[in-house]
Amino acid sequence: MRPPSSLRLGPLAWLRANLFNSWLNSLITLVLLWMLLELVPPLLRWLVFNAQVSAPDAQACRAAGGACWAFIREKYRLILFSTYPYDQQWRPLLAILAIMAMLAASCDRRLWRWLPLLWLGGLGTVAVLMWGGVFGLPFVENRLWGGLPLTLILATVGLMAAFPLSILLALARRSDMPVIRAVAVIYIELIRGVPLVSLLFMASIMLPLFLPAGVTIDKLLRAQIAFILFASAFLAESIRAGLQAIPHGQYEAADALGLGYWRKMRLVVLPQALTLVIPPMVNTFIVVFKDTSLVVIVGLLDLLTSAKISINSADWRGFYREAYLFIAVIYFVFCFFMSRYSQWLERDLRRGPI
Amino acid sequence: MTVTSSSFSAPVRAAWLGDQTVRAVLYQALVAAAVAGAIWYLVSNTLDNLARQNIASGFGFLGRSASFAIGESLIDYSAADSYGRAIVVGMLNTLKVTGLSIVFATLIGVTVGISRLSSNWLLARLATVYVEMVRNVPLLLQLFLWYAIITENLPSPQQALNPLPGVFLSNRGLVMPVPVVDAAWTAGIAALLLAVVVSLGLSRWTRHRRQTTGRGFPFAAAVLALLLGLPLLVWGVFGATLVLDVPVLRGFNFRGGGAVSPELAALLLGLSIYTASYIAEIVRAGILAVDLGQTEAALALGLSPAQVLRLVVLPQALRVIVPPLTSQYLNLNKNCSLAVAIGYPDMVSVLNTIVNQTGQAVEGVGLIMGVYLAISVVITVVMAWYNRAVALVER
Repeated sequence: MRPPSSLRLGPLAWLRANLFNSWLNSLITLVLLWMLLELVPPLLRWLVFNAQVSAPDAQACRAAGGACWAFIREKYRLILFSTYPYDQQWRPLLAILAIMAMLAASCDRRLWRWLPLLWLGGLGTVAVLMWGGVFGLPFVENRLWGGLPLTLILATVGLMAAFPLSILLALARRSDMPVIRAVAVIYIELIRGVPLVSLLFMASIMLPLFLPAGVTIDKLLRAQIAFILFASAFLAESIRAGLQAIPHGQYEAADALGLGYWRKMRLVVLPQALTLVIPPMVNTFIVVFKDTSLVVIVGLLDLLTSAKISINSADWRGFYREAYLFIAVIYFVFCFFMSRYSQWLERDLRRGPI
Repeated sequence: MTVTSSSFSAPVRAAWLGDQTVRAVLYQALVAAAVAGAIWYLVSNTLDNLARQNIASGFGFLGRSASFAIGESLIDYSAADSYGRAIVVGMLNTLKVTGLSIVFATLIGVTVGISRLSSNWLLARLATVYVEMVRNVPLLLQLFLWYAIITENLPSPQQALNPLPGVFLSNRGLVMPVPVVDAAWTAGIAALLLAVVVSLGLSRWTRHRRQTTGRGFPFAAAVLALLLGLPLLVWGVFGATLVLDVPVLRGFNFRGGGAVSPELAALLLGLSIYTASYIAEIVRAGILAVDLGQTEAALALGLSPAQVLRLVVLPQALRVIVPPLTSQYLNLNKNCSLAVAIGYPDMVSVLNTIVNQTGQAVEGVGLIMGVYLAISVVITVVMAWYNRAVALVER
């Protein structure tokens, strides 16, 4: 059905209705147009027109006065894969693609029943690709991992390991038993109340102290533990919201059927609650994904750290705008699509089951 | 009432195991024992390890001389002062950054949030672009970018930009003239504090008067006069002195005046702009949550559009806005700890230095967590009090 024709405005009428409908709006429009005219042309000159896509060296690139995309061409492997052995870098590339495929498949509601299998399989593939040591792939120790795969691994493994823990925490916080409830409340509020930086410090400085003498634990695993603790507290709160949203009648009906606590939760409550909280869980995933950049503080070579290293490389020093813009676009693409997906999902779930 | 399957199978098992209460006690005892055991295991390992590394645990180190300098401080501090005082310096810096960023982020966030709902197409679109761009890029990356722009893009102090007389912008930060605080200024500042207290009292009195007698009082004008007039008056009575401490270039940097270091500037810019994008979304959702019928009803009652916003829409929107706003303020406070990555001496950064010097890791991390939890509790309590004040009163 077409809208009434009177609603379709000509360009001039549209301008009047949307940009100049009062003297205040006209003023705002003019000020904004002036600002755009001041900002956009120099920005475009820098980004596109004066930009150097190829240059023999840093001096020639800098002389042009625009963005030096040749720097990215020169250093993208350092930024994306960091210290991973150069001739083996197809493996982290495949690992990135595997994680992206895993995330893309997770977006399909029909595949949700296979989600645990999908993620275990996906991350198993990633582990084989990154570590190697089997199928004739040379072993690469995780000290050498870095760049985008590390960022993605910290976020996805953190989320997957935190998920079962967070379900238990959410159930414990809703429990009738005061001791169990208290343990869950203290854990969740403690983790949510302190900055992630302090959790990372704790993991990197104090974790070795917690373990018996002789047991060592590498840097990546320490940071990973911090992210699991962090993600579990935040996920637990999302899941608790979902548990609270399930009508009481569902609990009572399960009781009336004679289901015990665990079967009631597993068969009746959790399937409904978890579906409800997937959009906020996607948002938690975005938070964790962005916060993986904090591992710079404990000296892991994630995407942000390797970009910082590329800026200080001896031959192409100081192209910080290009490097930061490049990784900002990568972060943006991931986060933007996830947040759009979560918004779409929220509407889609309201429409009912597939 | 809960009936579980176990009560039907009671005859098979021992009778006492089928009892809900007994089992609840048993489960809780098990969990408590497991948690206590885990804590005991970790603590005993830690004590073992500390003893092996010859690190004395305890907070005795706080009294020892810190012997490191801190770039900026709100109180007097030198390298000879104690670790304890260094931590207080860091804490005050954290509070300063949090306080200033909350103000800036709220101002930007409310503006952008309202702009997203504007009937002006261009303004609404630009506000959306701002929110999407800022929210989807990690804060730490933004901090690095701001810091790099300030330190690498701005000229050296010798060629500093000079937008206003006495104000210089260079890669060493922003320097500007500040008034020398003398007797008249001290008295003026005291008067300003007094004016704030009196305004708070006046606000209660105005509400009481309106509720009991129905008569209004020009509250906004009175408070404005009080906040501006009283300090000016006191300042004038004490001699109206104005001595400016103007920065001058000495060698490679500026001396005198007030300064905003590149680290502080980057931190304030990054935190404010990032948090503002979240606040904008909260404000937008809050305003959208107020039913259009409310506005129409208020207009039908003959209120002016400004009155509709102030008396009808905002009080209802605030109820939706305040709880998530609280958690954004708490996030901002926590994100302040990213200062450690760009070298601003906040509490985490100072404690990090101390831990590296003394090896008192457990105490250091414990202090960070303790102080942050305390700040969280204070902000939560204050916002809960405010939330009660704006909440719907059910009659």
